[in-house]
Amino acid sequence: MAHTPRVASAPAGTPTNISQGTKTRGGIGESTLRPDGTLKVTGEFAYSSDMWHEDMLWGHTLRSTVAHAEIRSIDIGEAVAMPGVYAVLTYDDLPAAMKNYGLEIKDTPVLAHGKVRHHGEPVALVAADHPETARRAAAKIRIDYVELPVITDEASATAPDAILVHEGRDDSHMGHVPHPNIVHRQPIIRGDADEAAKRADFVVRGEYTFGMQDQAFLGPESGLAVPSEDGGVELYVATQWLHSDLEQIAPVLGLPEEKVRMTLSGVGGAFGGREDISMQIHACLLALRTGKPVKIVYNRFESFFGHVHRHPAKLHYEHGATKDGKLTHMKCRIVLDGGAYASASPAVVGNASSLSVGPYAIEDVDIEAIALYTNNPPCGAMRGFGAVQACFAYEAQMDKLADKVGMDRVEFRQLNAMEQGTLLPTGQPCDSPAPVAELLRLVKARPMPPERQWLAADAEGSTVDVRALPGGLSNTTHGEGVVRGVGYAVGLKNVGFSEGFDDYSTARVRMEVINGEAVATVHTAMAEVGQGGVTVHAQIARTELGVSQVTIQPADTRVGSAGSSSASRQTYVTGGAVKNSCEAVREKVLELGRRKFGSYHPAWATAELLLEGGKVVTDGGEVLADLVDVLEDEAFDIELEWRHRPTEPFDLRTGQGNGHVQYSFAAHRAVVEVDTELGLVKVIELACAQDVGKALNPLSVLGQIQGGTTQGLGIAVMEEILVDPKTAKVRNPSFTDYLIPTILDTPTIPVDVLELADPHAPYGLRGIGEAPTLSSTPAVLAAIRNATGLELNRTPVRPEHLTGT
Amino acid sequence: MDFLRPASWEEALAAKAEHPTAVPIAGGTDVMVEINFDHRRPEYLLDLNRIGELTEWQVEQDHVRLGASVPYSAIMEHLRAELPGLALASHTVASPQIRNRGGVGGNLGTASPAGDAHPALLAAGAEVEAESVRGTRMIPIDDFYTGVKRNALAPDELIRAVRITKADGPQQYSKVGTRNAMVIAVCAFGLALHPETRTVRTGIGSAAPTPVRAKAAEDFLNAALDEGGFWESGRIITPSVAKQFAELASGACNPIDDVRGTAKYRRHAVGIMARRTLGWTWEQYRGAGRTLEGAA
Repeated sequence: MAHTPRVASAPAGTPTNISQGTKTRGGIGESTLRPDGTLKVTGEFAYSSDMWHEDMLWGHTLRSTVAHAEIRSIDIGEAVAMPGVYAVLTYDDLPAAMKNYGLEIKDTPVLAHGKVRHHGEPVALVAADHPETARRAAAKIRIDYVELPVITDEASATAPDAILVHEGRDDSHMGHVPHPNIVHRQPIIRGDADEAAKRADFVVRGEYTFGMQDQAFLGPESGLAVPSEDGGVELYVATQWLHSDLEQIAPVLGLPEEKVRMTLSGVGGAFGGREDISMQIHACLLALRTGKPVKIVYNRFESFFGHVHRHPAKLHYEHGATKDGKLTHMKCRIVLDGGAYASASPAVVGNASSLSVGPYAIEDVDIEAIALYTNNPPCGAMRGFGAVQACFAYEAQMDKLADKVGMDRVEFRQLNAMEQGTLLPTGQPCDSPAPVAELLRLVKARPMPPERQWLAADAEGSTVDVRALPGGLSNTTHGEGVVRGVGYAVGLKNVGFSEGFDDYSTARVRMEVINGEAVATVHTAMAEVGQGGVTVHAQIARTELGVSQVTIQPADTRVGSAGSSSASRQTYVTGGAVKNSCEAVREKVLELGRRKFGSYHPAWATAELLLEGGKVVTDGGEVLADLVDVLEDEAFDIELEWRHRPTEPFDLRTGQGNGHVQYSFAAHRAVVEVDTELGLVKVIELACAQDVGKALNPLSVLGQIQGGTTQGLGIAVMEEILVDPKTAKVRNPSFTDYLIPTILDTPTIPVDVLELADPHAPYGLRGIGEAPTLSSTPAVLAAIRNATGLELNRTPVRPEHLTGT
Repeated sequence: MDFLRPASWEEALAAKAEHPTAVPIAGGTDVMVEINFDHRRPEYLLDLNRIGELTEWQVEQDHVRLGASVPYSAIMEHLRAELPGLALASHTVASPQIRNRGGVGGNLGTASPAGDAHPALLAAGAEVEAESVRGTRMIPIDDFYTGVKRNALAPDELIRAVRITKADGPQQYSKVGTRNAMVIAVCAFGLALHPETRTVRTGIGSAAPTPVRAKAAEDFLNAALDEGGFWESGRIITPSVAKQFAELASGACNPIDDVRGTAKYRRHAVGIMARRTLGWTWEQYRGAGRTLEGAA
């Protein structure tokens, strides 16, 4: 190991220890408050964009103005000559043999080389003493583009004469894809769908289109790279997975990983959009070149080009059912647009295919999912990850089929719901509770919100509150044209990284006596992106170690990987790692206690011992010793990796395999009011029921469910990145025209939480962050269909779709 | 970029005369966005925030003289009775923070067809008080909008105030956006009944290169109301009249397809809003209408 060099002075806005837990309570199952909550709501929290270092420069990225072009030449002369400019870098300046990065497939150039493949691709970098100078210098760089035809969909990607988005692919998927413009293909065949279709009394088919959603996190990509004495670099950055970044950054800098020291900075939301590298490598390159700290902060416009989006998709589904409502078979083909670079596309394909059947028991299936390479914006991880698109389609199918059979839509779903023991299309049994029918029952049993809530009688007569109507403050209706609709949906999401991935987390836990009190310190590399891990880790340490005071150290790469803050996995996996390391520390403490005090009380040898309230107690509650007396000057400090049950890859031909770790289920009932003349929608209520296994922090659980529900509402009625099909250019890269729900668009979200323990998971918990994002969208769509009678096979729904204009 | 900070209106006029390319800035709602997006790099910014009188208003006999920088939140709070259409339009402007800073002068200066105030000004009737070192002139609102984001101001002129006819009858304002708050107009419609002159005036936003009145619709409706004696009788307007009014309002649009909506939808929606706002104002005129809970 190289020595860790001293940094002259830590930049302002650098994360510090979060001390918490002055109470003796605050273990798991309690709604302890976020330690960063007050700072965030009062505007005091330091986000990565707030960091500052004396003598720092500002980096700026020049991005392509066209989607697909050869680069004939790049002239940086004028930019370099500008006063205040310290460096201008292009592909030719990259220091190492490795010039590309990528989550799985290293297909993404750090800076464009001879070609750009999407609108907004980074081509050159500038460092200057002022952000405005950097921006102006970048504008003086002359790039000679020769535009190429754009590939924008499956037809253009697989046409006989299609240009290859990536020439000479040698990645692991190349061997099994039917065309080099297809990133990955996953079929899943189980039973005999054609044969089973013969038993069907009713068959429904549908073509569904899912628009491109953005994560729309509020804190734009930003970070600060500080060169260090040993030729390495300290990188302070908002990300979702420090160690994955590190593995991609170090090779292109030509540095060993220990010379790239990363610290997580304040993250303003992620939702999958920070799984990929954005400004990390660029800032390091500029810092190493100039020998000065370099800060890069994207503005909102650039942020839309700075991260991947949710895959837009075309989905073709066929379902059959017998007269008595039993599903006979399902066939589907899901085409995901991965855009110009692979990002998480292979894993999204794995999820879309393996979860395409939804939470239903269907024995005979014929499934295919592919992701395309195109010249559209790159797409990758976003909350729900492949399962969201499928859920939108299969839930529309369930309504259509229930109507054909003549059954109540909820009862039809309950009749076909999977349960514990059901085999999924991959052949994997569901070996923990799967209360799908019960979740549907819970949302259906809720009382309906009152009708015509916009009317209130007062002394002067009746009053209209436009805030309760479609159009809201825009005052478009006082009740005219407004029709209510109700819709139901339920979804199935996997938890954790699947398909044989070594999905481990690391936790370091220290226990010692400080100022006469036994305290714990938890150190992980978990990216806190809002999920509440900093709260939950302290709760776990209190529960396992019986201490009040727990310090959560800033996440950095001085401790082993905690995996990604995605796939609903952090509480499960890094929480599991913290629990595991706490247990190891507890064993050490008890060992020490037995050595010191074992002879004074027989229970030291015979009883099950716990640490509670700062003491060693028997499982009967008898106090054996104070932790302070056991520990004295001793400190235990243990770092361990922890793994959940291993998974297997899916067979590339049949899709069979125990690919998933755990499943997560949520159901929604949406109540909407639609102004049928203007095509405007007000979602009145989105009731949710979800099984969470065990709510480690009930308040955080509600926050996750309400947040996921709202993000699902967004893609139902407003959120969409619009890409010009002729030029593949993004048309609405701003919050003026990429709309996300405001509080007036956000309905009441009553939640029923079930806690059916998963025996395989720590505390029985279930990953929860994504499931509510799945069923929210199709529930809203179903409710709008119910109100309008329209088929609506695409999301988001726009006013022109509802008015035929 | 030079930042000019005149302490008085006279200094501001002198600065504008000396630097005709100077871009006036008050709330910054439009100007700051354009600068942030690098769409505009003015040589000079002319900051009007030190000129207190621009945030004042006077209620006169038949009009309100509204200072160019009176924030939308003040219009909502203090001028609901005199300028009901503009107060409703103000509710639809952006967020509370922006409504505390932005004013009608900025909407007029930018002259975007999507500016929220324009349909209300057109429907109420208004004159823009433009001033330069050469003197003051009153520009009728109907002549103010000259093209996409262009207006009738001379390079050395600043907007001091807008004189808006006080309401002599019910006014309404509707705006379509694809979100229930804080949204740019896909299209908008303002309508004012003027019982004193027995006329109806309208304004359309975001559905033509400039804000426009639906003149043919107004003429048709004025004639129909007159011939049918509706003003005197206060009878419910015949549905066929309302329908034709809506169709003519729709026909007054000359919209485009863009990222916010289709031309076809805009025509359709303007027709719906015309019919509804006519219904609401007429109900109120008849004394039977529901009051509108103004929410801020």
